[in-house]
Amino acid sequence: MPYKFDIPSSKNKLRLMRKYVSDVLVEHHVSDIETNMIVLAVDEVCANIIIHGHQQKGSHKVSLSIDFNKEGVAFEIIDYGHAFDIVSYKAPAIEELIKNKHKGGIGIMLVKKIMDEIHFSSSSDHNKLKLFKRVTFES
Amino acid sequence: MIEINKITENNYLLITVSGEADASSSIHLDKAIREAMDENGPNILVDCTQLEYISSAGLGVFMSYIGEISNRSINFIIFGLSEKVLKVFGILGLDQLLTIKADKEEAKAALNAV
Repeated sequence: MPYKFDIPSSKNKLRLMRKYVSDVLVEHHVSDIETNMIVLAVDEVCANIIIHGHQQKGSHKVSLSIDFNKEGVAFEIIDYGHAFDIVSYKAPAIEELIKNKHKGGIGIMLVKKIMDEIHFSSSSDHNKLKLFKRVTFES
Repeated sequence: MIEINKITENNYLLITVSGEADASSSIHLDKAIREAMDENGPNILVDCTQLEYISSAGLGVFMSYIGEISNRSINFIIFGLSEKVLKVFGILGLDQLLTIKADKEEAKAALNAV
């Protein structure tokens, strides 16, 4: 049975989601270093949804579920805001961001570096993002 | 939640960053570094010993100063990153573009070697 968590649509509350995901991963014997990386990737996609997809409207819901198999951990994130397809999104080169003194633009790069599989789909009323990360579970 | 303190010690400004630099709190980190770049310098040390988490928002703050640090010859040294936070700097190679030292002693030594 997957773990489920409703994420409040406020960037001030992302830490509650991070705590939840972190606790679940640690409970499944994922190392601290890997837990932090995975939490970071989920944090980035949720921040993206809340800031850009929902314009921080508190009434919009973001649903997170977590499931494990013997190879790793899978996340499913469903939201009802504007669709943003991170799979097709081409991030600018980091050198370009540095040159132009940008502060943003690297969140999706991090997600793509950390996660092993990313699937995005959207229908008329919701968007679904699936992330998978291979994990060596500590005994 | 983030807490930032600034102290002038010897020949440098020490910025201490504690807590989490995420999508909501990194704006405070940016403000502190902006002020330090404008009012202090050329020697700035950033103590991240108590920094428990950093997301792209926090990394982006550091990234946005890379050019200015180089152009203005500012000695901007970050130290005390935990292993997990250092790994996050490493994902996109920002650990190679910023000066990062293990602890305060090493950071001070790097400053005095300039």
